[in-house]
Amino acid sequence: MHKYNSSNIKTLEFDALIIGGGGSGMRASLELAKSGLKTAVVSKVFPTRSHTVSAQGGITCAIQSADPNDDWRWHMYDTVKGADFIGDQDAIEYMCSEGPKAVFELEHMGLPFSRFDNGRIYQRPFGGQSKDFGKGGQAARTCAAADRTGHALLHTLYQNNIKEGSNFLNEWFAVDLVKNSKNEVTGVIAFSIESGEVAYLKAQATVLATGGAGRIYASTTNALINTGDGLGMALRSGFPAQDMEMWQFHPTGIYGAGSLVTEGCRGEGGYLVNADGERFMERYAPNVKDLAGRDVVARSMVLEILEGRGCGENKDHVFLKLDHLGADVLNAKLPGICELSRTFAHVDPIYEPIPVIPTCHYMMGGTPTNVNGQAFQRLDNKDLTIPGLYAAGEAACVSVHGANRLGGNSLLDLVVFGRATGKHIQEEIKSGGGVESSSASDVDESLERLNKLNESSSGYQTAEVKRQLQTCMQNYFGVFRRGEFMKKGVEELKEIREKTDNLFVADKSAAFNTNRVEALELQNLLEVAEATAIAALERNESRGAHARDDYPDRDDENWLCHSMYDPKTKTLSKREVNFSPNQVDPFPPAVRSY
Amino acid sequence: MSKLEISLYRYNPEKDKFPYMKTYNVDKPSRDIMILDLLHLLKESDESISYRRSCREGVCGSDGMSINGKNGLACITPISSVLKGNKIELRPLPGLPVIRDLVVDMSEFYAQYEKIKPFLQNDTTAPEQERLQSPADRDKLDGLYECILCACCSTSCPSFWWNPDKFVGPAALLQAYRFLADTRDLSTDERLEDLSDPFSVYRCHGIMNCVSVCPKSLNPNKAIGEIKSMLLKNKKNIIASERA
Repeated sequence: MHKYNSSNIKTLEFDALIIGGGGSGMRASLELAKSGLKTAVVSKVFPTRSHTVSAQGGITCAIQSADPNDDWRWHMYDTVKGADFIGDQDAIEYMCSEGPKAVFELEHMGLPFSRFDNGRIYQRPFGGQSKDFGKGGQAARTCAAADRTGHALLHTLYQNNIKEGSNFLNEWFAVDLVKNSKNEVTGVIAFSIESGEVAYLKAQATVLATGGAGRIYASTTNALINTGDGLGMALRSGFPAQDMEMWQFHPTGIYGAGSLVTEGCRGEGGYLVNADGERFMERYAPNVKDLAGRDVVARSMVLEILEGRGCGENKDHVFLKLDHLGADVLNAKLPGICELSRTFAHVDPIYEPIPVIPTCHYMMGGTPTNVNGQAFQRLDNKDLTIPGLYAAGEAACVSVHGANRLGGNSLLDLVVFGRATGKHIQEEIKSGGGVESSSASDVDESLERLNKLNESSSGYQTAEVKRQLQTCMQNYFGVFRRGEFMKKGVEELKEIREKTDNLFVADKSAAFNTNRVEALELQNLLEVAEATAIAALERNESRGAHARDDYPDRDDENWLCHSMYDPKTKTLSKREVNFSPNQVDPFPPAVRSY
Repeated sequence: MSKLEISLYRYNPEKDKFPYMKTYNVDKPSRDIMILDLLHLLKESDESISYRRSCREGVCGSDGMSINGKNGLACITPISSVLKGNKIELRPLPGLPVIRDLVVDMSEFYAQYEKIKPFLQNDTTAPEQERLQSPADRDKLDGLYECILCACCSTSCPSFWWNPDKFVGPAALLQAYRFLADTRDLSTDERLEDLSDPFSVYRCHGIMNCVSVCPKSLNPNKAIGEIKSMLLKNKKNIIASERA
């Protein structure tokens, strides 16, 4: 196998490159396809196989359908509170106020939303939703296509990309960013999984739309492809990651299998019970019960289990009860859940409750960006945009989710900021903005990781090391965290890095070499896991999804801030939260209760 | 402990002149796992095995394959449902060129999908809010929009094997009908015109393999029947208008 260098690989030139063909990537590409700029979407899977397809319950947005008096400001309030006050209020304001436009556009593109009798888009209640800034009771703000909203959204976006003639490099894997001498991003090294052909994809703008990295945990709702490839590339290039300690554990993953059971189940009237058959959320969140924030519900479930009231032989899960809703409601509103439950839990929710357990679901952190999708790093405690680099969707941290994302806000995030990123890149490139070329040695440098794996003649086995990584993260950085355990975890990760640096790719063939792909993915997982571990150990408080036994309280004096992880020094610094929305008064931190 | 005998289709274009079946004997797992989990187990001992997978819960459509002779998704097919004695045979989806092992080249399948213009067409000015659609009209899309493009149906269809370039195939025809059935789509006549040749739709002979293999329990055959009715009605209308 020959060694790749800048002179023996192809260079393909684009104006804009989008890494990832999920919701945010395809929303950005749709914007760019209409612009006439030369764009390519680089996706390691055929776009409709992206993880957006698994989103179920819906897209939360104040479109004033279920309630004609609904107000995006109420949605903003809920989101700020859900984020436990470290979401950036300018970004949340942008998302909630632009949201209706972005959702109506999806409908115009053909997304088959469910409907109310008056013909408008169906909206269901989700956790953490309120009217009138928390004073008007439960809102129903999540727009849904049955319980297959992500599938409907992703296919609609792909279909419209076909319509607009977008250019796809499907089953191409992006390996590493290429930078020039000024530390600007000039594209990526990537290869065709099908043929093995390696190329330098050169671009004025590179968008990381690579989704999350839930596969750092052993138990996750995430697809097998969610390996944080974009974040891995950014971290290896020395660019920071923000709020990496914030991982959402979804209350209802199917026990044993990890598949997601939408919060919409509880929105439609389902509820959780413990071994005594008690609806225990009444104790933890007396007002909204099962529709409290996800972090709150997940912790309550774990407490029930720890206190011996778990269900099943091992008392290690709880039940989600749906049968009282009746077959008609379940078949009409939650058909996908019925299907998943029968397949993976061997339980028909029409008659029996579903065994569920909090399961890693969403990465609130990511590559820090502004509302235009521009990635930035920190210099002298100021944000400094990185020319050529953008991020959107779960890969990015804008930050609209802060310490805990509200259900239905991820799909909104990815369409709103995918769209904003596409728009901004057009303006930027049309106004002559761009980056200087990289040198041959810059390109060579970005080929190093691939070359090393290709040349490996001995070393560790990918599947085995991956299991060690996932077990470590699951044990030490789960729903509840404690300093002494996390320290152990950080030490273990050092040993695991030694192994991921020395993986053995036994398969040397070019065509569809998944052995090579999985090794590259594991190295990305390690970068994400390490950022997570160090950030989690440093944040000495409990906030949102980050719950510490040894620091059980929120500490606004010291930690009402973002964390910025610097991969070059493996240290954490603080970044101020934005409390300056443009159109409304800021929401000051308050006690968060449901 | 009882053993499973897995016969796996192997082909690496760089090494193998011809594809071959390789047998793997593994301990029968203590609980009923999915075929995809079984493949993961095999891959741990033989890292050269290639297959596609993503969501591992039957919604992304990556891992369609022939399992003991019947197309299905590996991730939602429990071993117990397909076991013949102690044997399981895994082959790539039939009728498409094999890239490697269980990975097929789906270009032809996707080309048929693109051919039916799988996007809503409505040139009227969009309202500020959504276009309205009654629940009854929306219900017409159920059983159609859920397709995951796994190709289990089209690659089980003898008519598609015969004319993959000219017969649109059950998957893409299901999507063709999804847009014909959508009250918001205004290009019905053009869509029908595009399908009116002898091959696109009429090569469906109601063999129904598509229905029997669809992992999402969809019914492409029914959708094709609807398209045929619409084509017939359209033809009648054209003849009537020509006579008038």
